[in-house]
Amino acid sequence: MSESQVAVAPLTARDYKSATKPVWCPGCGDFSVLSTITKALAALGLAPEQVAVISGIGCSSRIPAYLNTYGFHGVHGRALALATGLKVARPDLTVLVTGGDGDGFSIGGNHFLQACRRNADLTYIVMDNQVYGMTKGQASPTTEPDWERSKLTPGGPGINPFKPLVIALASGATFIARGSSSDPNGAARLLAEAIQHPGFSFLHILSPCVTFRPEQREWRKAVHPAPVEATDDPGRAARRLMTDDGFNLGILYRSERKTYQPELHARVTDLAEFDAEFQL
Amino acid sequence: MTASSVSVALTGSGGSGVMTAGAMLLEAAAQAGWYACMTRSLGPQIRGGEAAAMLRFSATPVESHGDRFDALLAIDWGNAARFADEIPLDGESLTLGDPKAGEIPEAIRAMGAHHADLALVQTAKRIGGGRPNMVALGVIAALLEIPDPALARTLERVLARKGPDAIEASRAAVAAGQVLARDLPALPKLPALGETSRDGRWQISGNEAVGLGALRGGVRFVAAYPITPATEVLEWLAPRLQQVGGVLVQAEDELASINQIIGASFGGVPSLTATYGPGLALMTEGIGLAVGSETPVVVVDVMRGGPSTGIPTKSEQTDLNIALYGLHGDAPHLVVAPNSVADCLFTAQWATHLAESLQTAAILLSDQALGQTRAVLPRPATAHFEGGRKTMERIDGEYLRYATNASGVSPMSLPGVAGGHYTADGLEHNPHGTPSSLARDHIAQLDKRRDKLLGYDYGEHWAQIEGDGSTAIVTWGSSTAAAREALTELAADGHHCRLISLRLLSPTLPEKMDEALAGVTRLLVVEQSHDGQFHRYLRAHYDLPAEVRSFCRPGPLPMRAIDIRRSLQEWS
Repeated sequence: MSESQVAVAPLTARDYKSATKPVWCPGCGDFSVLSTITKALAALGLAPEQVAVISGIGCSSRIPAYLNTYGFHGVHGRALALATGLKVARPDLTVLVTGGDGDGFSIGGNHFLQACRRNADLTYIVMDNQVYGMTKGQASPTTEPDWERSKLTPGGPGINPFKPLVIALASGATFIARGSSSDPNGAARLLAEAIQHPGFSFLHILSPCVTFRPEQREWRKAVHPAPVEATDDPGRAARRLMTDDGFNLGILYRSERKTYQPELHARVTDLAEFDAEFQL
Repeated sequence: MTASSVSVALTGSGGSGVMTAGAMLLEAAAQAGWYACMTRSLGPQIRGGEAAAMLRFSATPVESHGDRFDALLAIDWGNAARFADEIPLDGESLTLGDPKAGEIPEAIRAMGAHHADLALVQTAKRIGGGRPNMVALGVIAALLEIPDPALARTLERVLARKGPDAIEASRAAVAAGQVLARDLPALPKLPALGETSRDGRWQISGNEAVGLGALRGGVRFVAAYPITPATEVLEWLAPRLQQVGGVLVQAEDELASINQIIGASFGGVPSLTATYGPGLALMTEGIGLAVGSETPVVVVDVMRGGPSTGIPTKSEQTDLNIALYGLHGDAPHLVVAPNSVADCLFTAQWATHLAESLQTAAILLSDQALGQTRAVLPRPATAHFEGGRKTMERIDGEYLRYATNASGVSPMSLPGVAGGHYTADGLEHNPHGTPSSLARDHIAQLDKRRDKLLGYDYGEHWAQIEGDGSTAIVTWGSSTAAAREALTELAADGHHCRLISLRLLSPTLPEKMDEALAGVTRLLVVEQSHDGQFHRYLRAHYDLPAEVRSFCRPGPLPMRAIDIRRSLQEWS
């Protein structure tokens, strides 16, 4: 530390929050997730300028503007791709990706599979409310087939819900956890572990939409800690994730695999060396 | 009989070694001191389809194909009929083929060339490890009178990795081919040149040149999805990026490619992707994000026949409209186009510099005819464009990422700089970067994004202008070489015309064009498109002379000087 610098108090969660007021409805679960993120960053003591939060489009994708970190609010469904480029080019940064179930599992579904496969050191937080809120209440990939409240799908969407945790496991994710907006401190502990996990970590957060899915207020009563510890056995994890009630909270699967991070070390400094192959 | 250029085509089924023989012929001619270019033409099959290597040799630089071919040698006739339109022959031409490798197709015979049989298979069989394509190489080398030392050096260079046995077998096959050529009619002769005339010359393809230009411009991150005919740009870059501390990521699709490079560039690393039309179509939303968030990126489009999957292996200049107008909203961005193989190097470097300097997206329109043509060139001039991005080293006080100023370019703060944090956004925003739907913010940011492009000094690079006269050709991209050749031929007959080849297609510079067109009363617009995309673009953006004609023709037939010359001659 140079002489001109003085010791400063450690950052608190509040220091990671920006002055911009969220667009969310009162009671939205995403307020709690915003607080989960700032708590986890404060707990890890990460310098705000070393953190980048990347998102796509949707209610929850608004989060970067509400944080005092670097952020990118990109286009619908492509947050993981943008974050992958940033992390590969700038491995010194802590890169978080935030978004909703529509952004991540429908329009961005392939990027989700590929991010799990690739295992770049990203942390992906999906706030799942089983509905498209920003466009005023249409069925999402995690909506039940018989949910009849959208004009777009009279009689319900009629197709089976996407199972994000199972799909993450099958696609090669090495950290799979579930949290709830009703327990921001518990979710912050999960997020801190997810950030510290090397490779791709996936944190699924149940985050109710009180406007279009008011019945989700009951989720706070349904959630419960997972009865068993995290496993590193994918077979066991598959059975557990396929059969769980959707309300088990905690780290559900954790394993180790090589992180995708190409080495960025220059061996050639004079580009004129490349001319030789073209010279007669 | 001496000629200013000699054109030869080799055809055969995939795997017959046509491209290898063609590439070695190009190299040997270069070693002998000539200029040359070779264009590949392939059928749609992955393996085993028909292939043609079209070569042109000259004592002066050459980058387009001639009006006719002097010789066509078929290692086998396979589906060679499909090349009949691309390889025009006449009564002065020579066709060569082995009767054991099939009948000469009617479409080729009908062009009336003199035909001679060539025992390629039998000759190759007599040599241990000999192959018909190497015999063919010997035949053509002898007809062109390529000196033996140049040929020997080529064999050693190209086959070095295959070991001494392979070199010896090829040497014997080539020698046998030279013997076969003794009984054949002569081809027109190029002036013999000293070998030293080759000194300093390069041999490079347009796709490689784009890769090298991008590296020189500072690109260190590439994300891309394989697509013909752009893949070689990526294959050339991948290992070399590793060497310079950069990286190429093979992305899951073009949507990921464009967004990955936006992410890397947001992190401060100059970034590029390469694709063709369908990929560009998928990327347009992302390119709009780069424009709106003012994140520099370079998108290379190596065009081929369209629309849709079109003609994957053959050239066309028909992505002009999507490159210019494909983005939604008012989204000013850069569109540039190299006009020769060598210019692929310059323009890729320039595009990177422009994108970085102006914090926007640059689309570079190359095409298959440039990208997959390998040419022997004078050593390309060195340009001094590198990077150019304005950044904030440190922040004092409040940082406004999108502050408006006279240049419209506001310095970027990169992640890691304390106090410089901001959220880049595809939503319209205020100078701070906070989303805003206020009219005044929208107008201020629209002005900023437009004015930074219009206020920039592009120097003389916006176009290449040659010659003078009251008649001019205006063209772009790979059509330039054929247009230049047509004008050179007309000048030899005493008709002097001007050539204007646009390198900067967007933004448009009406004042520069007025200067370029000063004194021009008659303008021929030349492009490789069916619907005249370039002609319509010129009409929309520039004041043109009273007399304008459009010469537009779709691919896959290459643009030829003879057609351009005729359309000028008929116009009187």
